[in-house]
Amino acid sequence: MGAVWYRIGPIITVVIAIFVLWYAGAVALNTPWAYDKAKRAGVELTTSQLIADTMSQKKPKLPPPHQVGAEIWKTTGAMVVRGKAFSKRSLIYHSWITLSSTLLGFVLGTGLGVALAVGIVYNRTMDMSIMPWVIASQTIPILAIAPMIIVVLNAIGISGLLPKAVISMYLSFFPVVVGMVKGLRSPDHMQLDQMKTWSATGNQEFWKLRLPSSMPYFFTSLKIAMAASLVGAIVGELPTGAVAGLGARLLGGSYYGQTIQIWSALLTAAALAAALVGLIGLMQNIVLKRMGMVR
Amino acid sequence: MTDQTVISAKDLSLTFETNDGPVHALQDVTLDINKGDFVSFIGPSGCGKTTFLRVMADLEKPTAGEITVNGVSAEEARKARAYGYVFQHAGLYPWRTIGGNIRLPLEIMGVSKAEQDASVQEVLELVHLDGFEKKFPWQLSGGMQQRASIARALAFHADILLMDEPFGALDEIVRDHLNEQLLELWARTNKTIGFVTHSIPEAVYLSTKIVVMSPRPGRITDVIESTLPKERPLDIRDSEEFIKIAHRVRDGLRAGHEDDA
Repeated sequence: MGAVWYRIGPIITVVIAIFVLWYAGAVALNTPWAYDKAKRAGVELTTSQLIADTMSQKKPKLPPPHQVGAEIWKTTGAMVVRGKAFSKRSLIYHSWITLSSTLLGFVLGTGLGVALAVGIVYNRTMDMSIMPWVIASQTIPILAIAPMIIVVLNAIGISGLLPKAVISMYLSFFPVVVGMVKGLRSPDHMQLDQMKTWSATGNQEFWKLRLPSSMPYFFTSLKIAMAASLVGAIVGELPTGAVAGLGARLLGGSYYGQTIQIWSALLTAAALAAALVGLIGLMQNIVLKRMGMVR
Repeated sequence: MTDQTVISAKDLSLTFETNDGPVHALQDVTLDINKGDFVSFIGPSGCGKTTFLRVMADLEKPTAGEITVNGVSAEEARKARAYGYVFQHAGLYPWRTIGGNIRLPLEIMGVSKAEQDASVQEVLELVHLDGFEKKFPWQLSGGMQQRASIARALAFHADILLMDEPFGALDEIVRDHLNEQLLELWARTNKTIGFVTHSIPEAVYLSTKIVVMSPRPGRITDVIESTLPKERPLDIRDSEEFIKIAHRVRDGLRAGHEDDA
């Protein structure tokens, strides 16, 4: 019991604190609207009436957790129960749209990142020339460049999943490049000298020494890349006219002041990111344990 | 130079250009190592003993002079895999088993699977690690890891074994034990061994030839042919002969320092 509490105690404490702050914030932020309504109706509100009102407004400034929870249930679980899991009003459908471009962008970004890292580590010209551009690419606000990518790709006849995935790739290749360059350079002088004493070829040095050595760096980069990729997918959904995806739900919600919808999309995105990053963490644990790189 | 000469250095110099000006790591070093010799290089830090070993291994290029290994240039010898090199740290790959680590140079050299298996068994037995093939490095003590790294250097049957302070990071007791085993291994395999060390007793106990070096510039101050028998139990270190040689090594080291002052 003590051991279990030691592990989950801090987590529960933080979760409780978040809920307390959230409810307090909801009351504070929704109070002016509640007073406005009461004034127009010409009634006085008791404290308990006031709090009850702040908990159940249609378009609250800050929806309290239970309203968001109810909305998420209504658009996920309840729809599954009714057999409409993939209807356009279902968050599962929108999550799937976002997830598919996140994953495609993540795979493309990881591939590009690893390829660039190998080039940078093995080619001096690339090391000198590519790295500044890689860094510069990340200083451009993605919100500014995302619509252009969509428009340009649309102009050459590419639309749908790929443009969004390209934006995800644009964000996710960066941590992979940085992490893999460091990882591929992590073998020390002694290990490289040792390879030389065996007259190993560059290829052998890469596959037998550099690549396995880079694995801890690789997985750490993947976690960041995955989160960045999800952000990219959501951003990529904004300029597409709010058709589908969690980004579209966010944008649609903000057009019509549907704060509950915004928050439920937001929380779903966060849960998705947490699940994806957690999955990579799990893979990292299994792989590195099998490689004897963590005890 | 005779037929028996395996490594021959003539007027070897190596100068590193650094920001603080040139550093003379080696200056006019001349030495012949014969087949089956156990040669120790001893001296204070910066005397160039490790650099000399690295030149033999073609890990450094001399700036002047000549070196031949097995009658060819150091580079050709390296490419022909003429030597096994043991570093101060075992440097075993954590993601490979002990067997997998020993197999590594064999895989790189394209040795067949069956030959790999045979070699792994043979060298594991030589360093008394039979039965540890499937263990991972972290499951072994520091001394055992270093033995595994020696096994790895032996795996491809090079005639020369170059060792750079292989036992420097180990405690005295483990070190004694490994010294004893190294002598036994040397007697069984008849390799030519180059051995860098800081320790006078270690150098005297192991070697047929002790090369005393001194720093700034790195050079050889004395070459002592050991008169100890080939058969050496640990308590030979209390014999008069041993103490006499150790004394001469110490004198050589001190002389190097006097020049310095």
